[in-house]
Amino acid sequence: MFDDLRDLYQEVIFDHNRNPRNFYVMEGADRKVEGFNPLCGDRLTLFLKMDGDKITDASFQGSGCAISTASVSLMTEVVKGKTEAEAEALFKQFHDMTTGKEEEVNLEAIGKLAVLAGVREYPARVKCATLAWHTLDAALKNEQESISTE
Amino acid sequence: MTTFPIEKIRADFPILQEKIRNKPLVYLDNAASCQKPQQVIDSIVHCYSHEYANVHRGVHTLSVRATDRYEGAREKVKDFINAQSTKEIIFVRGATEAINLIAQTFGKANIKAGDEILITAMEHHSNIVPWQMLCAETGAVLKVAPINLQGELIYPEFEKLISDKTKLVSVVHMSNALGTINPVEKIIAAAKARNIPVLLDGAQAIPHMAVDVQALDCDFYVFSGHKLYAPSGIGVLYGKQALLEAMPPYQGGGDMIRKVTFEETEYNTLPYKFEAGTPNIADVVGLGAAIDYLVEIGMDNVAAYEAELLDYATAKAKQVKGLRLIGEAKEKGAILSFVLDKIHPHDIGTMLDSLGIAVRAGHHCAMPVMDFFEVPATARASFAMYNTKEEIDVLIDGIESLIEMFG
Repeated sequence: MFDDLRDLYQEVIFDHNRNPRNFYVMEGADRKVEGFNPLCGDRLTLFLKMDGDKITDASFQGSGCAISTASVSLMTEVVKGKTEAEAEALFKQFHDMTTGKEEEVNLEAIGKLAVLAGVREYPARVKCATLAWHTLDAALKNEQESISTE
Repeated sequence: MTTFPIEKIRADFPILQEKIRNKPLVYLDNAASCQKPQQVIDSIVHCYSHEYANVHRGVHTLSVRATDRYEGAREKVKDFINAQSTKEIIFVRGATEAINLIAQTFGKANIKAGDEILITAMEHHSNIVPWQMLCAETGAVLKVAPINLQGELIYPEFEKLISDKTKLVSVVHMSNALGTINPVEKIIAAAKARNIPVLLDGAQAIPHMAVDVQALDCDFYVFSGHKLYAPSGIGVLYGKQALLEAMPPYQGGGDMIRKVTFEETEYNTLPYKFEAGTPNIADVVGLGAAIDYLVEIGMDNVAAYEAELLDYATAKAKQVKGLRLIGEAKEKGAILSFVLDKIHPHDIGTMLDSLGIAVRAGHHCAMPVMDFFEVPATARASFAMYNTKEEIDVLIDGIESLIEMFG
C-alpha cells in the first residue's frame, strides 16, 4: 500500500524509531543542547562528552516523529569518536544530501546515514531529519539556546 | 441523507478531481481551509472580467457596478447570519483580524488595569494572543475557563470565573482542534445577566451550522471566508450597531472618513468607519457567491449530512486498535482529532498523503489544548459537505495499513 514511501521509511528507520540507540540522560555531559520544532512537536535534548576537540560519547532524550528520532539515533552512533571538524564535515554532507544539493549520495562519506536520503523528496520533512544535526552543530559551538529547524 | 445532493456538490468543486501522488484526492483538511466551488471561482473571474473598479469612489459605470456587487455581498452576509442591518457587517481579512480589531478598539476603550477578559482553554491562538497583547498594554488579566478530558468546557467553572471585573467574554463557537461545540446560549445568558459583552469566534462553526446572531444575542461574531468555501483573505466582523458606533476606529485612511482637514477628521458612518483603504473587492464578491451557494443547499441540510459523516467516522475510528480520539464532546462538529500509539502525527500525515489523503498533523494553532491532553500534536481529519463515507473508508484503511507498516 505504501510502495511510494519505501524510500523515505526504510526498515532501518523503523528500527531506530522503535529502539532508539544512546537514548538516555547522560550524567556529567560536557555539552547539553535542546532541539525543538514547535510546529510539529519534535523535541530532543542532545548530550555530548568531549575530550579536547573529540566527541567521546553522545546520547539523547526526547520524542518526535520516526524521521527525527531515527536521525538523532543514527547521529549519536556515527559521531562518537569523531573530532569536531569531522563531525561538522559530516553535518555538511548530511545537509547537502537531505536538501538535494548533492545529486549523488557519497556513500563512502555518509555511510549508514544514507538511509535518510529519501527525505529530500519530502520538503516538509527535511526539517525533521536535520533537527538533530543543527542541535549537534550548536553543541559543538557551545551555544546554549534552543535550536529549531522550522 | 438520500436527499442531500452530494454528487452534484462534488461536481461543483473542480479540485476534487485532482490526483495526489497518482491517487484520487481525499481532502480532509477542511478545518484548515475549505475548497471552492466553481460558482465562487467564476464569480471572481467575472468580477475582474466585467465588473471591476474601485468601490464607493467613481461616478463611472464600472465603479457603480463594483459597488453594487460589493454592497450586495454585505447584504447577503447580513441575511446569512441574520444581523439587523448591513451597518453591523464589517469586512476584514479574516477572523484573526476581526478579533484584533475588537481588542484594539473596543478593548482599548473599555478594558483597564485589573479588568478581566474571560476565554476558554480550547481557544485557537487567534483568540488568545490578541488578548494577551491587550493585557500587556493595559494591565488587564486574562482568565481561562478549564475543559474536561472529553474536550468540553466545564461550565460551572466558567460561570465561577465571571465576576464584576469581567469586561468581555470571548469564546470559540466550535473548536478547530477538538470539534467541540460550546454551549454558547448558556454562556451568553450568563454574561448578559451581568451586562458583559460576548464575542463568539465563529471561524470553525460557520461552515457547519446555521448561525443567527440575533437569536444568539451575541455582541460580536467573527468568521473567515476561506473556511466557508469562499476565497482566503476575506472575513467578517459582526458587531451590534450600538457597540460599533461607540468604538473608536481601527485603521485610518481613505473610505473610513467623511471629511478631512489638517486640523481634524470626521469619521465615516458604519460600516465604513472600520474599512480603511481599498477593500478586497473581488473576494467579497466571492464570499457573496459562496453564501448564495450554501443558502441554496441549506445550512440545516449541511449540518445533518455532516453529523452523519462524523458519526460514521467516529464509529469506525473507535474500532482501530491503538487509536485515541482527542475530543469526544457530546456536542461536536465534523472534526476527528486523533493520535496513534507510538506513531507521531507527522508520520501519519506523510503516510496518508502518499495515499492521496490530506489531513492536518500538528498543534492546530491550539498549543494549550495539546498541553492539556499531553500530546505534542494530533492528526486531524476534518470534514466538509463534499466529503463522503467512501472517503472515510479510505482514511480508515490507510490508518490501519500504516499501523501495520510501523509494526
